[in-house]
Amino acid sequence: MHALSIKQLKKTYNNGFEALKGVDLEVESGDFFALLGPNGAGKSTLIGIISSLVNKSSGSVSVCGHDLARENDQAKSCIGLVPQEINFNQFETVKNVVLYQAGFYGIPRKQALQRTEVCLKQMDLWEKRDTVSRRLSGGMKRRLMIARAMVHSPRLLILDEPTAGVDIEIRRSMWQLMRDVNQQGTTIILTTHYLEEAESLCRNIAIINGGRIIEKSSMSDLLSRINIEHFVLDIVTPLTAAPAIPGYVIELADEKTLNVTVPKNLGLNSLFAQLSMRGITVSSLKNKSNRLEQLFIDLVQ
Amino acid sequence: MKHSIAFFTILGKEIRRFTRIWPQTLLPPAISTALYFLIFGKLIGDRVGTISGETYMNYIVPGIILMSVISHAYSNVVSSFYSTKFQQHIEELLVAPVPNWVILAGYVSGGIARGILVGIVVAAIATMFTEVKVMHWDVAAAVFVLTATLFSLLGFINAVFADSFDAISIIPNFVLTPLSYLGGVFYSLTMLPGIWQQVALANPILYMVNAFRYGLIGVSDVDINLAFAITGGFIVLLTGFSLFLLHRGTGIKN
Repeated sequence: MHALSIKQLKKTYNNGFEALKGVDLEVESGDFFALLGPNGAGKSTLIGIISSLVNKSSGSVSVCGHDLARENDQAKSCIGLVPQEINFNQFETVKNVVLYQAGFYGIPRKQALQRTEVCLKQMDLWEKRDTVSRRLSGGMKRRLMIARAMVHSPRLLILDEPTAGVDIEIRRSMWQLMRDVNQQGTTIILTTHYLEEAESLCRNIAIINGGRIIEKSSMSDLLSRINIEHFVLDIVTPLTAAPAIPGYVIELADEKTLNVTVPKNLGLNSLFAQLSMRGITVSSLKNKSNRLEQLFIDLVQ
Repeated sequence: MKHSIAFFTILGKEIRRFTRIWPQTLLPPAISTALYFLIFGKLIGDRVGTISGETYMNYIVPGIILMSVISHAYSNVVSSFYSTKFQQHIEELLVAPVPNWVILAGYVSGGIARGILVGIVVAAIATMFTEVKVMHWDVAAAVFVLTATLFSLLGFINAVFADSFDAISIIPNFVLTPLSYLGGVFYSLTMLPGIWQQVALANPILYMVNAFRYGLIGVSDVDINLAFAITGGFIVLLTGFSLFLLHRGTGIKN
């Protein structure tokens, strides 16, 4: 069964801006799905409509087999949303933020208290349960929103840039949390501007641009389409000009740094051999850009 | 069952909110009404004499109680629902399977709860200055609750349309307060000259104040049945309009 099925979804705002121009999208149950797109592409509108925060103009949305328009209660009960912006009452305690949300989903108090404890412990926030939520750090606030979204055990969890603005250590720990949640059977739709995050976590991907889905495939299929990669080489001896090696595009960034475009069919061994022949010693190497990032830029431009 | 849990969650949250900040919500009406009773009821009232056979103090008690109910029921819903919009945690309700009527009932009940609590506080203060009589319990209780309901609904509608903190203070300051003062709280309709009696009859608050006065001391300038019809009619109208706004997502959905 599809966790999410969208057909011909359109949205035109009152000012005439057409944010979605007929989106068709299906996400399988249990998937870890990336929804990527540049700013203004329609991601937030799409997520807003799925989670009932924005009214659609036309089309249909079905969540876990329940049509959002006809079986609104059942469809909403299947969704958990972690929004981009902090949107809980910052004057409430951490525990109450989660407990009230359980109440809104109609969970009886005794069960709600148990679920609140489980979710806060899972997000490592139980010790902070009596803290007023505005006093939490940025990373804790993000984790609190995940705990709140999980309290009614949703089958589909939508994470809208959940790691925006958090440091790399917290981001990595949140990745592990997301993997755990997905492994427990919850379908996850992730939007992010950190493409490394999408590449590392997601199995399938859709790219939206200009209100339309312009690409949808598995992550591995998409990445296999890359036929060139960009590397930055640090060299030991300063150069005055970039070496010319057939098949490779090499630029001199500065006297001790080379930017190299490597075709997939030629690989790196031949490049290193050619550089050695010219007496150039490479001290270190790194990817100039993430592989998915390169594809993303090519697709949306 | 599911919806009743959601309703009591909203109501409980609202009650906890205004009781937690009691120095802002419960203390000011106690102080300001004590001053009304002292200055208007005691110091000036002793020189005014009687109105409809009642001392001036006894005559103004019902209106002052109801004026507090009106302003606090209104301000509870308008400030709470606007903050919910402003801080975006209205989204917590919109993503959950909470029907619009439950959202409306939850916030309006929060306003009624605060209106009634403030009304009781003010009535308790009044007992320090005079004996508070209740001649018709049923009328007094019904007017008390219906007035709180009506102004909670108005507060809700104000919050739905408000897009700044200024917008939630304009109506209380420039509409509600003048209408309350001109709603027969401090005087009888018969004391107004000619045409002004007809003008005053266009003020809906006048009917509620007089109906409540009838409930407490058995005196009214207007027909009680008409007062109930006007209050009930407004409640039905405002409930329908509020549900329409929620259905359209006015002010809360893009």
